[in-house]
Amino acid sequence: MTPTLATPPLPTSSPAEKLSLAAVAAGVLALVLALADADAARQQTWLYLALGLVSAGTLAWSWLKFGQKPAGVHQNNLWLRASTGRGAVAWVTGLVLTGFYVVLYWYSGDDGRGNFGPLNNLVHGLDDFSQWLRARPADQWFLYGTFYTLAILLMGTRALWKYRHSRYQLIRTGSVMFFQLGFAFIIPGLLQFFQQPEFYFTYFWPLKYEYLFPGTVTGLVHNGGVGMFMVFWGAVMSFLATPVLTYFYGKRWYCSWVCGCGGLAETAGDPYRQLSDKSRAAWRWEVRLIYPILGLIIAITVLLWANFALNSTLLGEAGNVGAKWYGFAIGAVFSGVIGVGFYPILGSRVWCRFGCPMAAYLGLLQKHFSRFRISTNGGQCISCGNCSNVCEMGIDVKQYAQRGAPIVRASCVGCGLCSTACPRGVLNLENGPREGRYQSSQLIHADSLRILS
Amino acid sequence: MRLVIIGNGITGVTCAVAVRRLNPEARITLVSAESAHHYSRTALMYVYMGHLRPQDIKPYEDWFWAENRLELVHASATLLNTEEQLLVLDNGTTLAYDQLLLATGSASKLYGWPGQHLAGVQGLYNLPDLQAMTRDTHGISRGVVVGGGLIGVELAEMLHSRGIETLVLVREARYWAGVLPPEEAQLVDRQFQENHVTVRYRTELREILGDTQGRVRAVVTTAGEEIACQWVGLATGVAPNLGLALTSNVETDRGILVDEYLRTNVPNVFAAGDCAQFRRPASGEVPIEQLWYTGRMQGETVAHTICGHPTPYRRGVWFNSAKFFNLEYQTYGQAPAGPTPGLTSFYWEHPSARGALRIYFRSEAPHAVVGFNAMGLRLRQAVCEHWIQQATAVATVMAQLGKANFDPEFFPQHENTIVKAFNQQFPQQPVVLKHRKGLFNFTKR
Repeated sequence: MTPTLATPPLPTSSPAEKLSLAAVAAGVLALVLALADADAARQQTWLYLALGLVSAGTLAWSWLKFGQKPAGVHQNNLWLRASTGRGAVAWVTGLVLTGFYVVLYWYSGDDGRGNFGPLNNLVHGLDDFSQWLRARPADQWFLYGTFYTLAILLMGTRALWKYRHSRYQLIRTGSVMFFQLGFAFIIPGLLQFFQQPEFYFTYFWPLKYEYLFPGTVTGLVHNGGVGMFMVFWGAVMSFLATPVLTYFYGKRWYCSWVCGCGGLAETAGDPYRQLSDKSRAAWRWEVRLIYPILGLIIAITVLLWANFALNSTLLGEAGNVGAKWYGFAIGAVFSGVIGVGFYPILGSRVWCRFGCPMAAYLGLLQKHFSRFRISTNGGQCISCGNCSNVCEMGIDVKQYAQRGAPIVRASCVGCGLCSTACPRGVLNLENGPREGRYQSSQLIHADSLRILS
Repeated sequence: MRLVIIGNGITGVTCAVAVRRLNPEARITLVSAESAHHYSRTALMYVYMGHLRPQDIKPYEDWFWAENRLELVHASATLLNTEEQLLVLDNGTTLAYDQLLLATGSASKLYGWPGQHLAGVQGLYNLPDLQAMTRDTHGISRGVVVGGGLIGVELAEMLHSRGIETLVLVREARYWAGVLPPEEAQLVDRQFQENHVTVRYRTELREILGDTQGRVRAVVTTAGEEIACQWVGLATGVAPNLGLALTSNVETDRGILVDEYLRTNVPNVFAAGDCAQFRRPASGEVPIEQLWYTGRMQGETVAHTICGHPTPYRRGVWFNSAKFFNLEYQTYGQAPAGPTPGLTSFYWEHPSARGALRIYFRSEAPHAVVGFNAMGLRLRQAVCEHWIQQATAVATVMAQLGKANFDPEFFPQHENTIVKAFNQQFPQQPVVLKHRKGLFNFTKR
């Protein structure tokens, strides 16, 4: 089917909307000026001006765009706009984001004299704030953390306005904002303030793989009581809390309620969720990539511990070399540059779907040892495809709904948008009993779909 | 067996898929001129509004057809010869069949209004309609929609999404008066108001006026009012598409006449979906059903008959759903629009006017429940159907109401206030709520 539909003119933005977008643009300009200005005091002024303008502009625009309209699903012109429909704006955004990640990861290290490369002016612009929070000067990771948290808070507020008709979405969005601000920004900062190890209580092995590496564990244990607790916390979360919570609620308790990567995807990535590839071919790539990556990080961890336990380099430097390359290829390139840089082109959950070993682990638990499923309401599906469209994980949800089948998929992060967007009230996230979890509705007959099971 | 299906809408495709399951050897061909692949007609509006792309409204990926050995012919069948069991296509080829299913759907119904053929006047049923609407509403300032049914509100929502001023003409005194009771219609009217769509009730179209280029420039209503506009959407219903049937000896009336097995008067020729008309509809049912759901059920049923297991069409407990701007609607069972002898209804409405529940039950004891209307609430179909089939007493249904709650987690649960309202309206049948939904959906079934 290739109907030739002329691209219609988009409704013009109101003057107020244009003004709010102009504020965001002015903020980006101020950021460039902060990078270019040679005067240290002015750099800081430009940076704070930039953050203020971007924040105010984003909040004002979100309120005008969503807060002003009747509560409900607002997807008008989603695929027609260049910014959210892979147009020129999207490609430029993607290039800028990708470029930022490349500079951040490989060209912004401290050269030993407090110079952080191209991002130097921005890093030092945050020195005062960093001293106040962490009692130490800023570095490139503090700059990144600040931007990241701000993105989740601003775009989270946008999501709160956009989805305010759904209490599930309100509470869930509030949750990712809370965990990012509290557990991934303030607490690690305060730990440093009190001369404790910087530790993120919301990231666990195998996503934060080094937390269970022998080097990290021994380092923490030597630190004393707080470090011991961190090791204990990490191990309990990875091996006990994760299976138990996933059994009751599915992987969503983590991926779309707590995780910082998920938090960014659900807030800053929300305008791009429809871009995920829904094809069977993409599903095959998902399976080919995500499980081997999980296997790889398990193998590296085991190798490091074997070396540690045998107190030898029996297996040579293989573990360390593996960890180094894993950190480069998976930790930096995949999760950062591709994972976030390609948001406007590939959608917001590329990393979570194709790469994250924690998602793979949670997914196996969700598929085989969980009560969670998305139920289909009898025969009410009209195959409109809105559910598949909003699925950031690329699940072709309607394939299940139109057969009356429940959706039990390893990749589902339980964001609930399929249920929110369904115009006929067909889908519902449920933690029912495990018996009959795969049972289809008797009100519609299953067809002989041959897709992966 | 060689099965040819004319039409690749939900009815034809459901039949094809079901026959493939029942008979792995059958040769199955689907013929359609409208589109190369099956698409969801109900989703056309979302393409116009930019929520989805055209390729997103295909229920199956393109590999599905070849992998399930369903042959697709992108052409129009122009002639049916039932003597020789042969079809002539407009691409110059012929197609022989052992069994033939006519699933030719509908066409928009026009009532002979003066000016109805002007440019910028149309219905919305198929892809060409969508293309025409996209083209003809490009940059216009005002559109008029004629018809107070489901397509009428869809068209209004579509125009509204482009910032086009919209005016709807509704013949009856309220929206969808043949289906919705006044209270529910009032909630839909609230949606029109909130979205700044003007509705003229008790107003019909008299005439459409054109300009010198043959384009619509205004409509004249039965009240004599002339309303300037650049586009007119006619949402006054659809009629069975009989084009192909009329070239043969297949009997037709308003639709293609079928028995309860969906067989026409000609051996090996079947008809199902929008285009079929039952010679003897079951009591309380209409002879022509033009819904996505009934199309799907008829397609499934006729597949069994075609495969040699004659199966009468039994619709089961009625259900339907829709969405009016931001207001969802679901209905189950018998839910008449007005007072009906022997039936009583209980109605509860949320103060926000964004939620309502109506339960219909028999007036005589034990007051068996017969139907539901839900607005802005989601009800579990299997539970409602079970209650209706079992003729469950309304007091039992009210006490168990939480079982039917299909709203997402953390949504406000109204069972307590609903039961309170019921006890006020029907003090002779006091109810104590026994089953709430509770948090986290730990459903017991």
